[in-house]
Amino acid sequence: MSQAQQNQPRKKLTTSAMIASIADENQPTRPAPFGHALVELARQREEIVGLSADLAKYTDLHIFGQAFPDRFYQMGMAEQLLFGAAAGMAREGFIPFATTYGVFASRRAYDFIAMGIAEEKLNVKIACALPGLTTGYGPSHQATDDVAIFRAMPNLTIIDPCDALDIEQAVPAMVEHQGPVYMRLLRGKVPVVLDDYADYRFEIGKARALTEGNEVLLISAGFMTMRALEAAEQLRADGIGVRVLHSPTIKPLDEQTILQEAQNNGRLVVVAENHSEVGGLGEAVASLLMRRGINVPFKQIALPDAFLDAGALPTLHDRYGISTEAMVRRIRGWM
Amino acid sequence: MQAQTSTPDREISLDERAFRIRQKALRMGEVQGQGYVGQALGVADVLAVAYFHATRYQADDPEWEGRDRFLLSIGHYAIALYAALLEAGFVAESELESYGSDDSCLPMSGMAAYTPGMEITGGSLGHGLGIAVGMALGLKRKKSDSFVYNLLSDGELNEGSTWEAAMSASHHKLDNLIAIVDVNNQQADGPTPTTLGYEPLVDRWEAFGWYTQRVDGNDIEALVEAFDNARKHPETKPRMILCDTLMGKGVPFLEEREKTHFIRVDADEWQKALEVLEAGFKAS
Repeated sequence: MSQAQQNQPRKKLTTSAMIASIADENQPTRPAPFGHALVELARQREEIVGLSADLAKYTDLHIFGQAFPDRFYQMGMAEQLLFGAAAGMAREGFIPFATTYGVFASRRAYDFIAMGIAEEKLNVKIACALPGLTTGYGPSHQATDDVAIFRAMPNLTIIDPCDALDIEQAVPAMVEHQGPVYMRLLRGKVPVVLDDYADYRFEIGKARALTEGNEVLLISAGFMTMRALEAAEQLRADGIGVRVLHSPTIKPLDEQTILQEAQNNGRLVVVAENHSEVGGLGEAVASLLMRRGINVPFKQIALPDAFLDAGALPTLHDRYGISTEAMVRRIRGWM
Repeated sequence: MQAQTSTPDREISLDERAFRIRQKALRMGEVQGQGYVGQALGVADVLAVAYFHATRYQADDPEWEGRDRFLLSIGHYAIALYAALLEAGFVAESELESYGSDDSCLPMSGMAAYTPGMEITGGSLGHGLGIAVGMALGLKRKKSDSFVYNLLSDGELNEGSTWEAAMSASHHKLDNLIAIVDVNNQQADGPTPTTLGYEPLVDRWEAFGWYTQRVDGNDIEALVEAFDNARKHPETKPRMILCDTLMGKGVPFLEEREKTHFIRVDADEWQKALEVLEAGFKAS
């Protein structure tokens, strides 16, 4: 850097579009995996219908709407209605996929999902974009508390897929599952990561180990599994072996696998999640270990219990400790 | 369309059905020593016309696909709907005594999983009409000619979600959706007009794109005409029947008692109420 450049104030990164891609540069991606997977499945399953609350284009449901215009229902910007109507459609034997942003489903429509859908185990599939810190628009759009809110809801299955492949496999699994499911949706150009792991299959209620490692058990969900895999590779260079356990189903938790892995050879257990440190995967795992008397060193990588800043995602991910580099720094520090 | 029910031994008039619904509601109230009997007495005529004139169902097959769907979003009105479901034969007469008791199929607030013929879980107000919109859309997808009915209270019109659903029903041209509002002017904290005013009701519903009628909800003939109009109306609009009712109707000393969400009935008054109700019916 020249002297002149050093004297210039560094240009700050800017907040990108509403839904910033979480893909790294040159990372393979697939467009709208949720929308395309749903279209493919809906060709065989006529009972699938789609509903959105004026956010079809922002949840990739427009792909379904274009393929099946008469099976797509625009409910307007009315989330209470969205989930009430989805309950009604499910009562009539359809399998509704209802989409909006995670903040609106969890904060605004909770009662409608609880009493309209979950209490009666209705077959409504809820797919919500902007989970955790996947937008720089600030707390109004960042669903950093959705898992905490929904984990307390009986009968509701919660899944947090990692990448395009996970989503493509999750869609048919959601339909096979009888009862309501909440999916934290990655949309737009979604990274493809898990195709490097030939044995991997998404299955509701199952956690899968992706790497070998004797020093750290890194349990993760959502795109934090992508970060966990990158962190594991960097830590390996330092001689720190990290076993990454991808747990895309947050409720019901794969207790058996997690207990088995946590009891194995005294590894440091780290849970990494794109969610507040309150009430998410980290606390779910911690309480499981406590209840079962598993006494192991435990650390959490999660967003702070705070309303987060607006800004560019790389800045924010680094600021709040969920970037790969931040994870590597912290795990090294704990060793 | 004819109501399909277990055939009674003799022709029972709608007036008598309404009387019997009131009787059953009072008997349930007596079991518990409490209950929303004021509402039940007020809405009994509406339910008599709904269950014995307007809707299509098979009491011995509550899930029958060809049925009209009757959604009670006001869960606390369960005592009224149970009385109608008992009268229509969905629920055995012997269950009446269990009202509100542990493990009864007739819990204090209406829930789908407990009671045959109870389509949805009510109680969290403002849910029913949105669910009705989804069911009406679903019935249209299935090319069914069934109607969806939703019984709301005037207090429930305070809920914003009711108006989301109202907009959506006309947007989607749901001419298979008939909403009924029990306008009794009472909610938990006092008279509805002082809690959150809702007039002019007819103008509001018409402005939301509904074919709207307002009738005396304790006048059987007017109700029959309103339900018939609602079913036959030619426009592709959702249908609203606003029913002005009197809480405690049929039991003069309850009609005159100070109105609140709960009408007080003392322990020694249940039998008296039943007697007065019967005398009033016989005199009519």
